[in-house]
Amino acid sequence: MIRTIIIALLSITTIGAGVWGYKENQDKNAVLIQAENSYQRAFHELTYNMELLHDKIGASLAMNSRQQLSPQLAEIWKVTSEANSDVGQLPLTLMPFNKTEEFLSQIGDFAYRTAVRDLEKKPLSEDEVKKLEELHEYSREIKNELRKVQNVVLKDNLRWMDVQLALATNDEVGDNTIVNGFKTVEKTVDGFETTELGTGTGSSGPDKQYKFITGNEISEKQAKKIASRWLEDVDQSKLTMTSSGKGADVPTITGSFQDGEKNGYIDLTKKGGHPLTVMISRPVKESKISLHEASNEAKKYVKQLDVESLELVESSQYEKIGIFRFVHTKDDIRYYPDAMVVKVALDNGEVLGLSAREYFNFHNKRAINPPTLSEEEARSRVNPQLEIQEHRLAVIENDIKEEVLCYEFLTTMEGTTYRIFINATNGNEEKVETMKKSETKFNEEV
Amino acid sequence: MIWKKTVIIVLGFSMMVMPLSEWTNVKPVHAFSNQVIQQGATGDDVIELQSRLQYLGFYNGEIDGVFGWGTYWAVRNFQSEFGLEIDGLVGQAVKDKLNKASNYDEGFVKEQIRQGNDFTYYGGVPKEQQSDQGQQGQQQGQQQENEVTEQPDEPTAVNVPSGYSQNDIQLMANAVYGEARGEPYVGQVAVAAVIINRVSSPSFPNSVSGVIFEPRAFTAVSDGQIWLTPNETAKEAVLDALNGWDPSGQAIYYFNPNTATSSWIWTRPQIKQIGKHVFCK
Repeated sequence: MIRTIIIALLSITTIGAGVWGYKENQDKNAVLIQAENSYQRAFHELTYNMELLHDKIGASLAMNSRQQLSPQLAEIWKVTSEANSDVGQLPLTLMPFNKTEEFLSQIGDFAYRTAVRDLEKKPLSEDEVKKLEELHEYSREIKNELRKVQNVVLKDNLRWMDVQLALATNDEVGDNTIVNGFKTVEKTVDGFETTELGTGTGSSGPDKQYKFITGNEISEKQAKKIASRWLEDVDQSKLTMTSSGKGADVPTITGSFQDGEKNGYIDLTKKGGHPLTVMISRPVKESKISLHEASNEAKKYVKQLDVESLELVESSQYEKIGIFRFVHTKDDIRYYPDAMVVKVALDNGEVLGLSAREYFNFHNKRAINPPTLSEEEARSRVNPQLEIQEHRLAVIENDIKEEVLCYEFLTTMEGTTYRIFINATNGNEEKVETMKKSETKFNEEV
Repeated sequence: MIWKKTVIIVLGFSMMVMPLSEWTNVKPVHAFSNQVIQQGATGDDVIELQSRLQYLGFYNGEIDGVFGWGTYWAVRNFQSEFGLEIDGLVGQAVKDKLNKASNYDEGFVKEQIRQGNDFTYYGGVPKEQQSDQGQQGQQQGQQQENEVTEQPDEPTAVNVPSGYSQNDIQLMANAVYGEARGEPYVGQVAVAAVIINRVSSPSFPNSVSGVIFEPRAFTAVSDGQIWLTPNETAKEAVLDALNGWDPSGQAIYYFNPNTATSSWIWTRPQIKQIGKHVFCK
């Protein structure tokens, strides 16, 4: 009797487990297929877009009329950004694959810049046409490689999930057609990169960074002293100092300490011992002082820096902390690239941080030409529907990374504030920004 | 006899209660705290400032408790109209003038904020007309009724670093918490900074979400730890990074030398180590 019951029970549980396992397995497969499909989609779209890109570049080379060329270049720009987003969805980040993305964004930049230019007045130069031809050639190679991989993927039913697993579990991927195919693509792009696109894109490279820093090399002992001064005179024996590795844009010495609930961190440049990043972290209590008082603390703090005059341009309160942004001003001209930020705790006004990277990266003795446009002329270039509230001169970096002197106008229209920069030399509208800093809280349950 | 007594007692009681409640609701003279209010500030003082400016017709925006650009221009207009120094700062002189010229019904304003109503506070207009208790408002009001005790009348808006939304911050905080919750604070800021550096790098997607959800980019995303609830530290770290702090030294990669499986990552030029993470270019 008991035996039959046990047998019955056992068989029921075995069958139950089997059914459950089968269900579970099915669910897992469904999810895997879902993920696989989204990879497949990104991949096939990428090959399609590369093909399209190749065609479009070819067509733009064949084009004679300028009116047609601009829209064509704009089209190229659009396709590159789509291809770029496809690459971003493929599981390849940890492979050295990002060159392709870079390549795409460079074509995009090139196309954008030539598309927005008035090609009637300034047609494509010999060099640019040559560049376009090169681009055409490279896109052909990439496209062919991708088509080859695509063909194998379709013929052999290769799955991206396998690549994913191979990448996740071990480093040696071995004989994997997809990965090998992409490595070839990567090599092609690599060859292209050495020929230089020469559009002067945003990735300016490490040699151009922090080139204006002045001062002598500091020793570790000096660094300790400086670090302690910035970190509220902490005992020098408590500081741990390390030097940056060879990947750093600018050689730095880092000091840090841990003291109960408080810890501090500072990055000093080796050359000159300037503080790039200062951070002190501790629990901040209920805020007691106003943002205004805190701004005075911040002003006092930046005075300690051995730098030329700074002006507070922006302050904002984030519950218990105040963030203050300063820029360099000289002769009533604001230099927006030379910025630094100070963080102040609103419980007792203690300065909790300084970020001066931008300041030390950009600040230098510039030769800025006086404006050739009068303020009245600049004013007339502002959309007449805007009501101008404030104006001043300012130096900003425009979208092709040049520093330009501009008239800055703070204007309002229907309750919204806009900031307009009019180039003080040629009257171009360099930048228009919507000033929005706050956002309505969503229905949150805190 | 007993009926009469009860009626009298009830009447008396209600008379005692009614005027009292009226009286507590209307508190016309309410003073600012004695702090100078400036652009960027948030809190009660700003709510009062905005209400008073709106009462006088200088401010037409929402009364949300954040001293933004709209409030700034309103203050400046007020200062120029009343012959004060035009600096956009609300000091004692401005407050005195405001107190004299306007009424502030704190009870009404706070009540509206608490109920999440769409409302205005113009002087000379009956209050009933200024509060738009739409269906949504009422529902919200009822919903929030229970929360009133936990959530006092705070500003209804917050400052955000320009170009980012509260949800972006939340998403980044999730990623930072999932990736680096055991790390020192500086290490968490550095991880957040890497996300931002990737957004501006041409080799990576151009949005916060694109960078975070790029397949195989972050282990916390692959193994689902990103969906843990982040703590306040992670959020603060993200805010610091968005406001310009970058202790990583413009790194775009980082890895944990003890657990990294890819040999490729070791070929990247290293910048520094913070906590358990090595940051590299």
